[in-house]
Amino acid sequence: MNYFSDRWHDLLPNLGDLVVAGLTQGAIYALIALGYTLVYGVLQLINFAHSEVFLVGTYASIIVWGWIGYAAGDGNPVPALGTVILLLGAGTIAASLVSGGTAVLIERVAYAPLRRKNAPRLIFLITAIGASVAISELVGELTNRRPWGVPLLVEPKTQFVIDPGMSINPAPVTNLQIGIVLSAIVMWFLLDTFLNRSRFGLGIRAVAQNEDTAALMGVNKDRVIMLTFLLGGLAAGVAATLYNLKIGTISFNIGFLLGLKAFTAAVLGGIGNLRGALVGGLVLGLVENLGAGFFGNKWIDVVAFVILVIVLMFRPTGILGDSLGRARA
Amino acid sequence: MRRNLVRALTGVAVAAALIGTAACAPSDKSGDNGDGKSCTYKIAMMGPITGDNAGLGKPILQAVQLAVEKHNSAHADKCVTLEQADDKGDSSVAPGLAQGLVANASVLGVVGPAFSGPTSATGSIFEGGKLPIISASATRPDLSTKGWTTFHRSLGNDASQGPAVGKFIKESLKASKVFVIDDTSDYGTGLSEESKKALGSAVVGYEQIQPKQTDFSAVVAKVKTAAPDVVFFAGYYAEGGPLAKQIKGTGIKTTFVGPDGIKDQGFITGAADAAEGSIVTCPCIPAEKATGTFAADYKARFKEDAGTYAAEAFDAANVFLDGITSGVTDRAKMLDFVNKYDKDGVSKHIKFDAHGEIAADQIVIWTYDVKGGQIIAREPIK
Repeated sequence: MNYFSDRWHDLLPNLGDLVVAGLTQGAIYALIALGYTLVYGVLQLINFAHSEVFLVGTYASIIVWGWIGYAAGDGNPVPALGTVILLLGAGTIAASLVSGGTAVLIERVAYAPLRRKNAPRLIFLITAIGASVAISELVGELTNRRPWGVPLLVEPKTQFVIDPGMSINPAPVTNLQIGIVLSAIVMWFLLDTFLNRSRFGLGIRAVAQNEDTAALMGVNKDRVIMLTFLLGGLAAGVAATLYNLKIGTISFNIGFLLGLKAFTAAVLGGIGNLRGALVGGLVLGLVENLGAGFFGNKWIDVVAFVILVIVLMFRPTGILGDSLGRARA
Repeated sequence: MRRNLVRALTGVAVAAALIGTAACAPSDKSGDNGDGKSCTYKIAMMGPITGDNAGLGKPILQAVQLAVEKHNSAHADKCVTLEQADDKGDSSVAPGLAQGLVANASVLGVVGPAFSGPTSATGSIFEGGKLPIISASATRPDLSTKGWTTFHRSLGNDASQGPAVGKFIKESLKASKVFVIDDTSDYGTGLSEESKKALGSAVVGYEQIQPKQTDFSAVVAKVKTAAPDVVFFAGYYAEGGPLAKQIKGTGIKTTFVGPDGIKDQGFITGAADAAEGSIVTCPCIPAEKATGTFAADYKARFKEDAGTYAAEAFDAANVFLDGITSGVTDRAKMLDFVNKYDKDGVSKHIKFDAHGEIAADQIVIWTYDVKGGQIIAREPIK
């Protein structure tokens, strides 16, 4: 009893901060989860290499910022608004292109040959893990296994303060946090619209429902699969740029845990379902941070996975169920 | 045409995979053995040569390499081969490597393991093989009290670093509110316990992070609420860099202090602008304060300044090499030689007590400032 009242006492003042931090972190999970869910929806394949698709994006945006003349630790002042928009635009485009390109490359090199040979599903999974390790180690070699810093491009400025009163400290909300959560929602909305309104989206949904029938109807299966990987990669690129702004340090091995969390978010929300990825990401971020505030930070990963197990016990298909092709086609 | 492209790309991917695995495979390459002829005896260096904290292993490896090369050019008849054991700083990798070293009868001494976790995990293996070890960097206090006769270290432990850190934060930095964070490793928890004892009532908060964690929002929220003058982080640079950066991002004014585990350029590249003004403590002397020509020799050989624990590792290697010069031919004689060793090294006077520790009056804890993207010696804590 005493334990819980102490813990509660620890949590309460930080409640506002933790909710804001949790939603921000959750938005990044959601953006990465979109990639897992898209590929799973179409191929029923868990693309474990997706965490490295994200990883190369984080490096791409930093490299591009360096070319433009903004590197970490060179003492540049925070640039003016116009420059910031330009830098963010360039960084996001570079990250998305590199991430998208890597995703397509992995598809062509690692999965397409297996698909042609009708390999069993397990083989795809092992290949995915292999690709993930190979890319992460390659990046580790190229960067001397040292972390890279990110230049300070956006000074976090408080836009408004949530003051719930009671004994909860007022929680400032910064421009960066608003931007990250909005980006995740916009990205989800764009992908959802693309899938449901465009011809290509129709093709993706057709292949997700039944590959062979779709092929008979004149859908180019290979092209659709490549497109799916590309879309997931683009979302990962956006996540990579936002991650850089938020965390400020990257290293060759950040993909693994983040990928695992994003995959968890996808399963939590209902894998194969875009809206599920968004909801799953936000819920996971919130639960993790509140859990860390309550039990102490060292339990952060435990809380996340315990919640996953509990949700799956009652809703085996996740919070919103799995439905890329089936339910909403 | 298309098929060829795919084949070519597959080739590239396979090559990449090979490079990757080669880099992470346990390295048992032999180092420079003088003029290429095989030597009778070996000494080993065990520490992170790859992995998240490889930056801390590199100066140790290079210092040992330098000592071996000097020895081999002076005593070609008693030449020594350097064996590299890459434990990645990981306690689960280390035991297998330790068994390999113990099984290799020509290995007479080990400089390492570099980190406290792997040392803790392998101490009894080295003890079983009667293979003497001298760590140049493992600072967890209880390593020397586990009854391992083979264990030695050529630097002070965290029972001296912890109190010194506490004293420094309270007296030199004049801080009355300190937030202590550790990384749940053997090293981090040992050091945070010792420093918390020394800081006493000045500790306003305590949290633990996880190795490989990147987003510290929950910890940062607590730090913000506590508004400390100083944040002391007991852990390694891989997590220390981003942690410092995220704490600075909240806008609270606090000084980030960390131990030897963050004394690496990786801390600065990781924290970027947020590293500026941080303070690092370390039971290691700045290379330029080492006696003799060590700093110059090191720079001439490796084209870079001697890093953290290079001087201490050079001393540790020289204990074994002196033994081989004086005619030691097996592990029992080597252990005896190490225990009786009593000579000036480049970092300090080297003489081990019954627990394998350096005499207390030889131990100096140094502080370093992070200034202009460099870690610069500040002052010893007295």
